[in-house]
Amino acid sequence: MALKIVKGSIDRMFDKNLQDLVRGIRNHKEDEAKYISTCIDEIKQELKQDNIAVKANAVCKLTYLQMLGYDVSWAAFNIVEVMSSSKFTYKRIGYLAASQCFHESTDVIMLTTNQIRKDLSSPNQYDTGVALTGLSCFVTPDLARDLANDIMTLMSHTKPYIRKKAVLIMYKVFLKYPESLRPAFPRLKEKLEDPDPGVQSAAVNVICELARRNPKNYLSLAPLFFKLMTSSTNNWVLIKIIKLFGALTPLEPRLGKKLIEPLTNLIHSTSAMSLLYECVNTVIAVLISLSSGMPNHSASIQLCVQKLRILIEDSDQNLKYLGLLAMSKILKTHPKSVQSHKDLILQCLDDKDESIRLRALDLLYGMVSKKNLMEIVKKLMLHVDKAEGTTYRDELLTKIIDICSQSNYQYITNFEWYISILVELTRLEGTRHGHLIASQMLDVAIRVKAIRAFAVAQMATLLDNAHLLTGNTQRNGICEVLYAAAWICGEFSEHLEEPMATLEAMLRPKVATLPGHIQAVYVQNAAKLFATVLRGQEGVPADSTVAQETSQLLIDRLPLFVQSSNLEVQERASCILQLVKYIQKLQQKDVEVAEEVTALFAGELNPVAPKAQKKVPVPEGLDLDVWINEPPSGSESEDEGRKSKGKAVFAKEESRHTKPRYTEVDEKELAKRREVRKAEQANNPFYIKASPSSQKVYQDGVGVEHIPVVQIDLSVPLKVPGMPMSDQYVKLEEERRERNKADKKKKKDKKKREKGEKGRRRRGDSGPESEEDITPAHMVDIVTEEMPENALPSDDDDKDPNDPHKALNIDLDKPLADSEKKLPVRSHRPDEVLKSPMEDRQVVEVVPEPKKKTGKEKKEKKDRKKSKEKKKKHKQEEEEDLMGSGSQEPVQAEETKEVAAPPPASTPEASDLDFWLSNAPVPSNPQAAAAPASTPRTASGMAAVAPDSEPEEAKDTEPEETKSSTHKKKKQKKEKKKKKHHHNHSDGAGDESVQNGTVEEEEPLPPMSNYALLAENSYVKMMKQDADKVCDIQGNLQDGSQVVVSVIFENKCDSFIKSMEFNVLDSLNSKLQRPDGAGPHDGLIVPFQLPPGISNEARFIFSVQNIVMPQKLKGTLTFIVKTDDSSTHEKLDFKLHFTCTSYLITTPCYSDAYSKLLESGDLKGCSLKLEGVNQPFHHLLARICFHHHFSVVERIDSCASMYSRSIQGHHMCLLVKTADQTVSIDAKCDEPGLLGNVLDEIKLTFSQC
Amino acid sequence: MIKAILIFNNHGKPRLIRFYEYFAEDVQQQIIRETFHLVSKRDDNVCNFLEGGSLIGGSDYKLIYRHYATLYFVFCVDSSESELGILDLIQVFVETLDKCFENVCELDLIFHMDKVHFILQEVVMGMVLETNMNEIVGQVELQNRMEKSEGLLCSAARAVSAVKNINLPEMPRNINIGDINIKVPSLSPF
Repeated sequence: MALKIVKGSIDRMFDKNLQDLVRGIRNHKEDEAKYISTCIDEIKQELKQDNIAVKANAVCKLTYLQMLGYDVSWAAFNIVEVMSSSKFTYKRIGYLAASQCFHESTDVIMLTTNQIRKDLSSPNQYDTGVALTGLSCFVTPDLARDLANDIMTLMSHTKPYIRKKAVLIMYKVFLKYPESLRPAFPRLKEKLEDPDPGVQSAAVNVICELARRNPKNYLSLAPLFFKLMTSSTNNWVLIKIIKLFGALTPLEPRLGKKLIEPLTNLIHSTSAMSLLYECVNTVIAVLISLSSGMPNHSASIQLCVQKLRILIEDSDQNLKYLGLLAMSKILKTHPKSVQSHKDLILQCLDDKDESIRLRALDLLYGMVSKKNLMEIVKKLMLHVDKAEGTTYRDELLTKIIDICSQSNYQYITNFEWYISILVELTRLEGTRHGHLIASQMLDVAIRVKAIRAFAVAQMATLLDNAHLLTGNTQRNGICEVLYAAAWICGEFSEHLEEPMATLEAMLRPKVATLPGHIQAVYVQNAAKLFATVLRGQEGVPADSTVAQETSQLLIDRLPLFVQSSNLEVQERASCILQLVKYIQKLQQKDVEVAEEVTALFAGELNPVAPKAQKKVPVPEGLDLDVWINEPPSGSESEDEGRKSKGKAVFAKEESRHTKPRYTEVDEKELAKRREVRKAEQANNPFYIKASPSSQKVYQDGVGVEHIPVVQIDLSVPLKVPGMPMSDQYVKLEEERRERNKADKKKKKDKKKREKGEKGRRRRGDSGPESEEDITPAHMVDIVTEEMPENALPSDDDDKDPNDPHKALNIDLDKPLADSEKKLPVRSHRPDEVLKSPMEDRQVVEVVPEPKKKTGKEKKEKKDRKKSKEKKKKHKQEEEEDLMGSGSQEPVQAEETKEVAAPPPASTPEASDLDFWLSNAPVPSNPQAAAAPASTPRTASGMAAVAPDSEPEEAKDTEPEETKSSTHKKKKQKKEKKKKKHHHNHSDGAGDESVQNGTVEEEEPLPPMSNYALLAENSYVKMMKQDADKVCDIQGNLQDGSQVVVSVIFENKCDSFIKSMEFNVLDSLNSKLQRPDGAGPHDGLIVPFQLPPGISNEARFIFSVQNIVMPQKLKGTLTFIVKTDDSSTHEKLDFKLHFTCTSYLITTPCYSDAYSKLLESGDLKGCSLKLEGVNQPFHHLLARICFHHHFSVVERIDSCASMYSRSIQGHHMCLLVKTADQTVSIDAKCDEPGLLGNVLDEIKLTFSQC
Repeated sequence: MIKAILIFNNHGKPRLIRFYEYFAEDVQQQIIRETFHLVSKRDDNVCNFLEGGSLIGGSDYKLIYRHYATLYFVFCVDSSESELGILDLIQVFVETLDKCFENVCELDLIFHMDKVHFILQEVVMGMVLETNMNEIVGQVELQNRMEKSEGLLCSAARAVSAVKNINLPEMPRNINIGDINIKVPSLSPF
């Protein structure tokens, strides 16, 4: 035995270690791969040995080989072996290897769960640390679920070293197992105030990362972060917090106002550039979120721009880069402040650093105006010529196109110039962006009607010189341009001066070398051209032979394309070839064919917005996923489909034939037709307005004709020898502007009219004042892209449905339900597995205490403690049991599913935030307003901090609470049913059986919301939350009872909505609380404005005298809808319905207090029977809890007692029983009127579902 | 979030790679190649930020790098990290390496990749973990001491490799570059 050990260690002496391996690889440069493969063979041998040291050494070498790109996943099991070594040295090697090569689909990961758990709870902090580090790299959803509790415990470890790692890894856990977020969040929040700066910084990191993805859930933390920001000196923490605020301000403009001052101070005081930069960034975000035009903030903008200028002028390239980056953010909202630094930015375009040039290019985008566009583009064109690398040149190209095409070609005054720029760009060698140029050409030619003649001429030249573009194989990217050129020449062939020449150019044999899709366009458009040529030629009677020659040209050339290997080209070519042959036959018989051939291509094509198809709303009642017929059984149905399709095509063709290209109609007739068309569209839900084919069917091809088209006359020669064309246009344009100026001085009234015209045509001119002086060379009409009539809002267009962060969009303000306080774990006995004393304490802390503790309750508390101790013992037993049995079955407890997404509920924190933020006249509770403005909420959420906060358990929305084995309930149960459950064991067992019994029948709860639609019109939608919260809990029984109504305002139109005023006609009983000094009929100003598609919530406080009867209040919302050029006053009437339920507050009650209440005999009874309720009992309870603000006191099988309290202190008790779809509710209350109304409302709730 | 940390030399040979998201080995190598390609053609006096890599994280990611003598230290981060902050962090990391290896040079990274990993683990864990150099060095040393006390890395094996070292023709030489002393081998890299 001893010999064997000695032998082993001698062997090891000659094993290669990592250093030897590296050295070996370096010495075998010639045959590295071969050497490594022998090394891998050796490693395989080493891994087969029993000696853990040898294995660890082998695994260490594997880690190195992994870095070189070798797949080492085959050794995954050995890595797990090394990880589970008891020695830190080996464990560390094992975890390192695992973190480098394990991932979600590594199957041995599931073997590691217990090992990792053991390491996490190891007494050695470095074992724990190593496990945490490793886990952060390979955590899977299963591991996250199983270990979430352990990691949560570690967040309160005594060693800051462990705490900070545990805090950081929680982020990964949240991502993999979103259900853990809510239970873990309170503790995470605590860590924000950890004494150790490292832990604090880790917590800030995690929360910032979370908040970045779903900022609105973290708004309530703003006061806490604000405090940290003003107190912390750690720049790392400050940077993160300031970045976080940058993400929060867009949601809450008031926060921005509060931030400006401290941020400005920081900007002035800090010496750290990184901090300064982030401050500037956030100030910019604030300024963006605040509506523009606030005079007192122009100083802040100036400060930012000035600081950024310093950065940009710095010799440090990094600062220069960041300065430009931040500048581009300001640009979006305050272009003028940036424009004054144009010199600096243009200078950066010449910088040697490509990153900086790219940033400067970004900025240029906002620098342009009508005045300087040509000048800037000219400069960029020079850069294009100079640029050496293709990437930068391509970037320049896209930027030129971006700049010119931005906001619907707003800054282009001369489209001829633009077309010539595009044509010049085609001379770029080796660009990848041929398609971009092509689509611009198409876009301009289609949408700017006046330019077509010019564009066609240019494109014809391009086609003629196609050999220049295609000659070099390297230039193949650019040949896309020919696609556009061919199409434009074909489609708008009537503008061609020499259609015959172009037709000839399009049919050259060389074309056959182009890519297939371009050839196809060539062939098709050759046919269009042919039609035009024919028409021209037939006009002259003597020339029938010429026409026949044209046909012959096609017949000669087309066979080349018929032989094409590209199917599309082949098909089109042979089709057209046959057609031309037939035409030629007719021509020989002297038949006039031109008219009919032209008709083949009649009709106008309208531009369609790229997203148009997606925006067509699915009509109500249409389910796209349902089979229209039975699922296809074989090929038959396929055939059928094809047949019907074919028919449709023919039908369309017919309508094409009959439509003449242009119809001359008078204005009246046009208007009439438009009306008819509109009506037709409105009635036809399947109508896609933008589709060109349907256009023809429905509107006789006159859709665009009502737009006035001004003819242009070409004063510019098409080619200027010796000078790039665009330059020529720049010159001409300058001359024209000069002339214009002179003209304008003469005719001032004329100018006015032109302005008017411009306003109509363009979407708002945001350029500087002087721009108004520059009129476009021609009144060109830009046909806007069409969209379906009732397009859906575009908010969700860009969201990635696979974003893992979406799952983390969880409301964190809602108080934790009991069932949520613990993370569900993989066991049927969630409470019994590994629970730290810390957690116990927390649970006790958060258990809501009734305001006044009776002696009895205190005693009960003591009892509870005792029973808890007993329980712990019991737990330990069970735990041992578990360890004993060893293998854990991977059964997922059903509880996991039960943590349903919390319904939206407003919370005390949210209103705290309001008060914290309120400098604005927010309708607020006088008590709360008196509270210190920046009272930070402590993490434990003690109710005492904010005077208005409800007891934490405000809403018992989760029915699970009643069943899941949380101690509180168990204990209560035990208290009451001592007879039944004497024994601890039997108690546990009894509980469990109940739980298991119910668990089976439980399905996830349907989502519930208390928000009801209040009123809606085409502009605004108002959602009201059933007077959700009542601030005044104690005292003030008769006067000053208050109800808070949360209203969500949603902007549904695409204009800005501002100056919203909310007013309600007070009744004797209920009054809207208005600020001091306001008259009884004044409206309240809603403290925000709504950009399109945005919704926000405002709260209004009502004081109520009598709560026995439900009430309705009439109200109006007035607001201003601001569009680009006008603003209109609108109003919306609504009715606020105060149900009696809204006067109830969810108040927890203990069973003994409850029974005492019933015994007292003060309460009067009433009962209610509901028939045919076929939902599970827990759903039923959940509904009552949620909609009617009750809490469950106790539940036994299909019977439950519930309690609630009104704002004026009325007690209300329910006993709910269910049997065979019948629910009977016995109710007692000391105010019978109220009780009756509440019961009616409950009945209504259930009749609705 | 920090998505990946790559250290490679002037010739693109990886010296340490750490991905905080999973990529298959071949993709990892491709990322290294692409990153090297992007970074290596930049002068030393241009800015340390780069956009435009396509492999990690799509548009919302940036390369922030520093070039020390023969080594590039590249951090791939998304927009939640402060650019200047990460530059500082790289500096902290390199200074820590310098302390732990006593005048670090490329050879240290070549032969002790595992140790460099252990140091990095104290600095970054997907997000910035610790920025205080003394704290990092302290923790690393404590762990090394623990390793020593276990005494499992056979001293005999060390002796053998020391003997092997004698044949090594290359001896490191010190070069001062910029504000940090990073000692690099004079040898042509391999």
